[in-house]
Amino acid sequence: MAAVHGDAHGHEHDDHHPSGIMRWITTTNHKDIGTMYLWFSFAMFLVGGTLAMGIRAELYQPGIQILEPELFNQFTTLHGLIMVFGAIMPAFVGFANWQVPMMIGAPDMAFARMNNWSFWLLPVAATLLVGSFFVPGGAAAGGWTFYPPLSTQGGLGVDLMIFSVHILGASSIMGSINIITTILNMRAPGMTMMKMPLFVWTWLITAYLLVLVMPVLAGVVTMLLTDRHFGTSFFNAAGGGDPVMFQHIFWFFGHPEVYIMILPSFGIVSEVIPTFSRKPLFGYSSMVYATASIAILSCVVWAHHMFTAGMPTVGQLFFMYATMLIAVPTGVKVFNWTATMWRGSMSFETPMLFSIGFIFLFVIGGFSGVICAIVPIDIQVQDTYYVIAHFHYVLVSGSLFALFAGAYYWIPKWTGRMYNETLGKWHFWLSMFFFNMTFFVQHFLGLAGMPRRIPDYNLQFADFNMISSLGAFGFGLTQLLFLYIMINCIRSGDKAPQKPWDGATTLEWTHLPTPAPYHSFEKPPIVK
Amino acid sequence: MVENKSFANVVMLRKLLFFTLVMFVFGYALVPFYEKFCEVTGINNLLQPDVQAKEIRVDESRWITVEFDANTRGLPWQFKPLQTSARIHPGEPVNVMYEITNNSDREINGQAIPSYSPRFLDKHLKKFECFCFTKQVLKPNETRQMPVQFVIEPGLPQDIQTVTISYTFFELPDGTAAAVKR
Repeated sequence: MAAVHGDAHGHEHDDHHPSGIMRWITTTNHKDIGTMYLWFSFAMFLVGGTLAMGIRAELYQPGIQILEPELFNQFTTLHGLIMVFGAIMPAFVGFANWQVPMMIGAPDMAFARMNNWSFWLLPVAATLLVGSFFVPGGAAAGGWTFYPPLSTQGGLGVDLMIFSVHILGASSIMGSINIITTILNMRAPGMTMMKMPLFVWTWLITAYLLVLVMPVLAGVVTMLLTDRHFGTSFFNAAGGGDPVMFQHIFWFFGHPEVYIMILPSFGIVSEVIPTFSRKPLFGYSSMVYATASIAILSCVVWAHHMFTAGMPTVGQLFFMYATMLIAVPTGVKVFNWTATMWRGSMSFETPMLFSIGFIFLFVIGGFSGVICAIVPIDIQVQDTYYVIAHFHYVLVSGSLFALFAGAYYWIPKWTGRMYNETLGKWHFWLSMFFFNMTFFVQHFLGLAGMPRRIPDYNLQFADFNMISSLGAFGFGLTQLLFLYIMINCIRSGDKAPQKPWDGATTLEWTHLPTPAPYHSFEKPPIVK
Repeated sequence: MVENKSFANVVMLRKLLFFTLVMFVFGYALVPFYEKFCEVTGINNLLQPDVQAKEIRVDESRWITVEFDANTRGLPWQFKPLQTSARIHPGEPVNVMYEITNNSDREINGQAIPSYSPRFLDKHLKKFECFCFTKQVLKPNETRQMPVQFVIEPGLPQDIQTVTISYTFFELPDGTAAAVKR
């Protein structure tokens, strides 16, 4: 993307920043850092995706063909960790870096130097995580939730994973402190809180969730580390600890974490749908309140991940009802998106397709989530492919589809060039088809009792697994098409008009040239 | 104006960093909170003697087989129950002896952790005496016999005919005081 900025800076704002690789290492520009976040997360997406291909290749047929069980477990563990911490979360931070200052009329992020730091921690953490495959004993293999006792017994790979999670957590905390300060302190005059674009609102709430729970994750992995090496017994029953307590503390972080990964995508979809429906967002303030109540509720539902770990019935009932309550604000959101489209002058460019696909499939994931919340059913489907299907419906067709929608929506603003609309639509429809082929059948596998994290399975599951694997290979290849579309757009896309989407109303479209200049809003706009 | 703004940002940074620190400490504070919560609610209360109820009705119409299991993990001890199973009536007090032998030539501290099958047995099992309530210190080549005294309450569901009580000894590092405080 260096070439893209080349024509934007150097005119009036030439402040002699270094060129070549040093530009990227030392940059404090929110657009450069956003770009690096996005490329980094896409690279990690490909790494995590490769692991997923390995998992699906092994599961293509019953029996052990490609991956030994130990390596298979490492693949599932690292697939989860890399996708959650390396791909989805940094991608949203990348969007925040690019968009938040432009959408609120700020010149840059509040702490530009810290912003650079929070990005450059990521490659270090990723190196530790991916490098752990090559240490004696291999990578962590106890699942992405690293429950003890497996995680207190594993080898060097687990230590590398713990350090990696520490660094990723530090990066996220720095990033979210930056985002909160930017949003609260640096809005343009007239940009009141309730005038902020919804993407900014969702990120503000997400950032608060991050500073709320990331330190708890740092604490729990530190306990794990001291249990492993310094003789403490937080999770070691022999020393008076309790492995179930790990699950409680982990999910105190872990459940808000899943909303950290979905709230910004609600924000992106809430920008895209009004634009392509050419109507303002229906029920803006209810969207804000719904986001806030989802965030608050997400902090009191953690134990629905551990209904089978041993819990009094009262506890199960509390967490069951609290979990089902989240369906209410989420339903408000889905209603508002639908109502925004209602009688709108709709057009179906790629960002809109991905957003509608998001609503459609995220609702399926939401419903299977409500089903999993019901204790007696959850006891049946715990640790089966039903759960896998559920959270891939909310994370892949939820978070990832929204990320694609955002990328197609804003790439003209970022690069000044249009992507290839035909190929974009192909990308959407192929993703849609292969995604459902991969994951819809996993509902059936789970209901029939196929357990997750096992490299082999009973013959009765063979047909659905073959379908799922073929779908996964198709989905993986389709994402290379996305890479091609983006590179093609950056290098040789048609020049984008000033405002390619006539329904767009946010500041970056109405007040800034396309492509966005290297330094924007040095004089804050006046928002009326 | 610019000065004010960057000052406001630094104030905000300090507040958020402090909040981060508070949440990190909160993560650790969950540990004693969890233990207190379990203690108050009586969840997870495996390693404390139960109070002997005044009168427990013995259900002589029913037999239960109790199997005894013993394991060691990572320490050179031999550990076994003197009888592998007992046939009892619910409500009847049972006394079982276990034997541990330290096969090494060093003094070792061990702690036994119980495990029950079926899992909800702990609700119906009242233990009055157990070697698992304290840590056991064995001198080189010492052998010790230790009792477990318990009652299985008649409230145990009717469809359960066999239950298993299992203990596993873990080594405690030197200097670890009373292993289990809860």
